Amino acid sequence: MQLDARIPAGPIADKWSRHRFEMKLVNPANKRRFDIIVVGTGLAGASAAATMAELGYNVKCFSFHDSPRRAHSIAAQGGINAAKNYQNDGDSIYRLFYDTVKGGDFRAREANVYRLAELSLNIIDQAVAQGVPFAREYGGHLANRSFGGAQVSRTFYARGQTGQQLLLGAYQALERQVAAGKIQMYSRHEMLDLVVVDGVACGIVTRDLISGKVERWAGHAVALATGGYSNVFFLSTNAKGCNVTATWRAHRRGAGFANPCFTQIHPTCIPASGEYQSKLTLMSESLRNDGRIWVPRKAGDARLPHQIPESERDYYLERFYPSFGNLAPRDISSRRAKEMVDAGHGVGPRQTGVYLDFTQAIERLGRDAISERYGNLFAMYEKITGEDPYRTPMRIYPAPHYTMGGLWVDYDLMSTVPGLFVLGEANFSDHGANRLGASALMQGLADGYFIAPLTVGNYLASTNPKPIATNHPAFADTEREVKERTDRLLAVKGRQTVDDLHIELGRLMWNRCGMARSADALREALARIPEMRERFWREVRVPGSGATLNQSLEKAGRVADFFEFAELMCYDALTRDESAGGHYRVEHTDAEGEARRDDQRFTHVAVWEFKGVGSQPARHQEELEFEHVPLSTRRYK
Amino acid sequence: MNLTLHVWRQAGPNQEGWFETYRATDISEHMSFLEMLDLVNEGLVRDGKEPIAFDHDCREGICGTCGMMINGQAHGPWDLTTVCQLHMREYRDGQELWIEPWRARAFPVVRDLVVDRTSFDQIIQAGGFISVRTGSAPEANSIPVPKRAADAAFDAAACIGCGACVAACPNASAMLFTAAKVAHLGFLPQGEPERDQRAIDMVTVHDDEGFGNCTNHGACQVACPQGISVDYIARLNRDLLRATLRGRRARRRRAATARHSVCGGGGT
Repeated sequence: MQLDARIPAGPIADKWSRHRFEMKLVNPANKRRFDIIVVGTGLAGASAAATMAELGYNVKCFSFHDSPRRAHSIAAQGGINAAKNYQNDGDSIYRLFYDTVKGGDFRAREANVYRLAELSLNIIDQAVAQGVPFAREYGGHLANRSFGGAQVSRTFYARGQTGQQLLLGAYQALERQVAAGKIQMYSRHEMLDLVVVDGVACGIVTRDLISGKVERWAGHAVALATGGYSNVFFLSTNAKGCNVTATWRAHRRGAGFANPCFTQIHPTCIPASGEYQSKLTLMSESLRNDGRIWVPRKAGDARLPHQIPESERDYYLERFYPSFGNLAPRDISSRRAKEMVDAGHGVGPRQTGVYLDFTQAIERLGRDAISERYGNLFAMYEKITGEDPYRTPMRIYPAPHYTMGGLWVDYDLMSTVPGLFVLGEANFSDHGANRLGASALMQGLADGYFIAPLTVGNYLASTNPKPIATNHPAFADTEREVKERTDRLLAVKGRQTVDDLHIELGRLMWNRCGMARSADALREALARIPEMRERFWREVRVPGSGATLNQSLEKAGRVADFFEFAELMCYDALTRDESAGGHYRVEHTDAEGEARRDDQRFTHVAVWEFKGVGSQPARHQEELEFEHVPLSTRRYK
Repeated sequence: MNLTLHVWRQAGPNQEGWFETYRATDISEHMSFLEMLDLVNEGLVRDGKEPIAFDHDCREGICGTCGMMINGQAHGPWDLTTVCQLHMREYRDGQELWIEPWRARAFPVVRDLVVDRTSFDQIIQAGGFISVRTGSAPEANSIPVPKRAADAAFDAAACIGCGACVAACPNASAMLFTAAKVAHLGFLPQGEPERDQRAIDMVTVHDDEGFGNCTNHGACQVACPQGISVDYIARLNRDLLRATLRGRRARRRRAATARHSVCGGGGT
């Protein structure tokens, strides 16, 4: 597997502008001769589809949702970072770059991160021009807030619904191009495979979720913007539909999968209330700006929070990390919460939470100010738990939330399969081993609005790919395989529901490959997953037929892929014999319990090559170099 | 607790539907309403029956995918709450619930509780955007926007596109949805240049898609999980009147039947 990141030469601050100049352009009149397939309509997919259509390409855009506006980007709450330095607090492109590389625990590519920080400025301009109603100061200028892991105020926000507003901006841009006839939008169509001819991506096979029809689509380039794989854990903050199928199917067709073990556990989610729990709900980490996290000093203390005097509370993040306090980065905050709960300090009916307390912030700023900042989050918390966070502290606990790993891409966001581009959370770039808060929206939009539309053009101009007709044998073969698989799922007629089996896999992954991992636990998981996968194919019951809307069938196909993907994740976690960011190996900690990297052996991206289901995948490496942000131990004390 | 559910079952867009009765047993008060339905569905699958189809995704009240009528109320009885955020502590042991899909000509039933809301996308396509191409935006702070305008724009922009307003309206009108988008963009200086045309075009497509007219019942505002105000409809009417007086005409009309050519589902 060739892993040439193709990072442009020159000083880091000039790489992107130099590359833009050096890239080949497609003549405006020729753009309409190219068909581009975009899968996914979240921030990355919708913005890429809209922008490429504006440039003149013919875009076919696919989403399994009923409308492109449903994509899970919509649920991002807190905000989007940009190095505007509107607060005059010392921010700069370089500082955002530096923070992101360091926050990612030195496992991201410097050149990509620098470009991301650069483009953050354009994203805010673009969003404002589209009518995204960001929070503003009384003078009419944009407001900012600080966010986990940063000491400057660079986060732009629209109350607690920033993702929604940014996605609606991108969705509206997309619908404008649908109206202009430049985008063909296929809603309720799920991509079930990638078509590769002579090693080049040239189309996809989808299933129409209403009619069950399996169809072939050809394009000169394919862009996947299909999100992350947190639902491998069953319980996560991701929407129920989020899945690994598109990226996993591309991986099976030759696309390298990078760093699958880098998963982010978000520190502030509502703890599960029972076995029937279907998903976990995130409470934006912006809450940590004003809320204080604590647990009772005494293990097993069952008193109500207001009955516990100050002297018997442990504000453990403030104690461990005096300079960052409650704003310590996500991986660290999550791990510390787990330690507290494991040590018996957990709170709530199942002793599985820690408190996030707003009493002092309300005293200091008033209820109205807190309501203005977090009103919708407080309301959501109350609906779910029946408790009023203005009066009683929230209970929170970490939950799987985001996946830094994803398909490997070069500087141009192209995977190891030429013609296959991967955008947003679906790729591995930019966040390293840990993503900072308010950076996912930034990356999705940078990829979609500003990077892919140019780099896809460069690919088309420099390779001039020939159109492959959908009657090519590769299309027929791929379609047949998709149909066979669907038929096979329906034919099992076993005794267990898809959810039963998914819950079992999720529990295994959470316990063995979740917040704390050990070689022994990972080996055990690797021994059990093939057996569980085999049982899935023997025991699953998928009612109904493939010729109608069949939600059980949709779920079954996705879970079947999770059963294959889970194994890869464990291989990656096992071979990355160090702790880095969200990947915490209990064997690698220092005396204070902080994660310890092994830069000697692991300053690289691990890229996996598919070798067949149940066969050990091949591991390749892309070495990382840190010229500008010297390798150092992250310290947030 | 145990509940009796009467759930609308319908195999496809042009088929007859009926109420099927199910027992939901051992329901915890901490469950969400959709988790209760999950449980019923798991039981149906184990019994070899087809589960109840319903749309849902984020289960956090923001994606707008879920929605159903519970005892005649869109998203059920809680104010400012989508059905995914409704929790079972609302209900008491032995209660009977009637669960139906959104009912509107412009939202044909796809299956059971799933409806086709493509018509909302059509309304947005008509003008629910600001025409700015990627790359041509000015510096973000170069146009100050009064905080009041930004806040008002946000309040309107908070719409999640779930369709509860249509389901609650006796006329099956989507005026609240349309008005919210017109207001969101119209409050901002960036949206001003297209304000007249947007109002005319979006209302035209709204009507073409088969939604009814607004007769000021206000049921939409009550049902809206985001609390979008009917004041926006008044504002839309003003925008529409002004645009008409200025001699604007709709840029396009499209046949309502054209809309299902791409996105599946049948028209009725």
